[in-house]
Amino acid sequence: MTKPIELKNEASITNSHTSSKSYALQESAFIKWTLITISLLFLTLFLILPLISIFVTALEKGWDTYVASITHPDALAAIKLTLTVVLIVVPLNAIFGIAAAWLITKFSFKGKNFLITLIDLPFAVSPVIAGLVFILLFGAQGLFGDWLFEHDIKIVFALPGIILSTIFVTFPFIARELIPLMQMQGITEEEASISLGASGLKTFFLVTLPNIKWGLLYGLILCNARAIGEFGAVSVVSGHIRGLTNTMPLHIEILYNEYQFTAAFSVASLMSILAIITIIVKNIIEWKAKDV
Amino acid sequence: MELTLKKRKKNSIIPGFPLTLGYTMLYLSIIVLLPLSMVFFNTVSMSWSEFYETVSHPRAVASYKLSLGTAAAAGVINVIFGTIIAWVLVRYQFPGKRIVDGLVDLPFALPTAVAGIALTTLYAPNGWIGQFFDFKISFTPLGIIIALTFIGLPFVVRTVQPVLQNLSSEVEEASASLGASRFQTFTKVIFPELLPAIITGFSLAFARALGEYGSVVFIAGNMPMKTEITPFIIMTKLEQYDYVGATAIATVMLVTSFVLLFIINLIQWVTNKKFNQQ
Repeated sequence: MTKPIELKNEASITNSHTSSKSYALQESAFIKWTLITISLLFLTLFLILPLISIFVTALEKGWDTYVASITHPDALAAIKLTLTVVLIVVPLNAIFGIAAAWLITKFSFKGKNFLITLIDLPFAVSPVIAGLVFILLFGAQGLFGDWLFEHDIKIVFALPGIILSTIFVTFPFIARELIPLMQMQGITEEEASISLGASGLKTFFLVTLPNIKWGLLYGLILCNARAIGEFGAVSVVSGHIRGLTNTMPLHIEILYNEYQFTAAFSVASLMSILAIITIIVKNIIEWKAKDV
Repeated sequence: MELTLKKRKKNSIIPGFPLTLGYTMLYLSIIVLLPLSMVFFNTVSMSWSEFYETVSHPRAVASYKLSLGTAAAAGVINVIFGTIIAWVLVRYQFPGKRIVDGLVDLPFALPTAVAGIALTTLYAPNGWIGQFFDFKISFTPLGIIIALTFIGLPFVVRTVQPVLQNLSSEVEEASASLGASRFQTFTKVIFPELLPAIITGFSLAFARALGEYGSVVFIAGNMPMKTEITPFIIMTKLEQYDYVGATAIATVMLVTSFVLLFIINLIQWVTNKKFNQQ
């Protein structure tokens, strides 16, 4: 239906604009709107419809079922576990990110590029392998398996394993945001602060931190989103013990595989709301960072 | 002589070198290097025939083909549509543009499992989109491609977008004033400038797609020889406590990923060199 109309548009536009000199610098309105339509259509099929379908399916059986699904004890336990993991993982990666960025951008030393590549390494590793490596280290047949068993310490199929594999997967996020930013800002301000007698810590908190706060926040947001949603790595090391080692994404998987679609999508809708908030905050940060 | 002096001066004024170096190396070693090296240690302790038998098993080989093929297909789709979307977002004004721009990040923010179940239901034979097609999408390689396209889209858009933004309009004006048509200006002037970013975006999306698990496992159906991706093979072996087999397959995947990472870095290095020369 829409195609002939668009074609007609093109014909009329070409007639009225043939003499325009901007023609060589800009596409015709027909091409412009075709490209916009293609983009919107693509985004609708791949992003918008999936997002809408989550909420529609979640609310399909009414509000009461929805509330019952997300307040089910197993769901609450999953939410609590996910929050615990995030609260431990994100600060640890933030401290590492700042230390690594400081090291890489404030000093010159041999092997710097190699170090940057090593920091990026987890991005190239499948989440499933990120889980596997900790099984190989701390599992029953792993390197430290016997020792851990003797001392009755559980890492794999318990909280520490979930935390370790989540740290692995989200490892580069904050360092990666900070390194290019601090590289661009150089070291002159810190040098001035130090030579005026400020201590290293004082220089960091009063000079560096205000300069990098938006970049840091940006990295925190991305790291946080990935830590909340990590599935593959956590799936390997968690052991899927209900109410104990099930994070929110794992809880969704179990519900889905048991054909409890409404319940699965209800928990999924909570995570989608978090994702939408993440995107909004990210945009505010980008907007603020541009202002500075 | 001058160089070493400059270096020493640089290193002496700002404090924290030993501390940050020590902490970075310690954290990196405990979290990444030691665990990853386990894969290689465990592989080395395997006999060659044992290793070869596991990684060349028909089911494993079928999964390599499927993973590489679907990741490449999704990468190509994302290069085409991602570049169009980046172009539209940089060059045109239209209502709702800011929302569309923000939405592109959804695959980064949405948990993969959530994306997985949403796409599966949507593209299932009775789903909102699936019902319009005579053939099955969910539970076929086509479904895997859809999930990987979802995951990879922002990589292409977000690498092409800034390059397009920083492209100076003067080159285009020069091209136009020399008599080039808009199409010629695009193919001969703009596209070559975008190409490095497009290649980087493709490689990033491809690398991510190769290892992706969460969004694919629901939509794939995981039928042996047909819709089993390589990460799923590792997962199956782990569930059967076949750690040796899982490690062997993981080695194949890691080596593939590292070669890819190396290529990405090489491309970026060549591109940077080109820019510095200019």
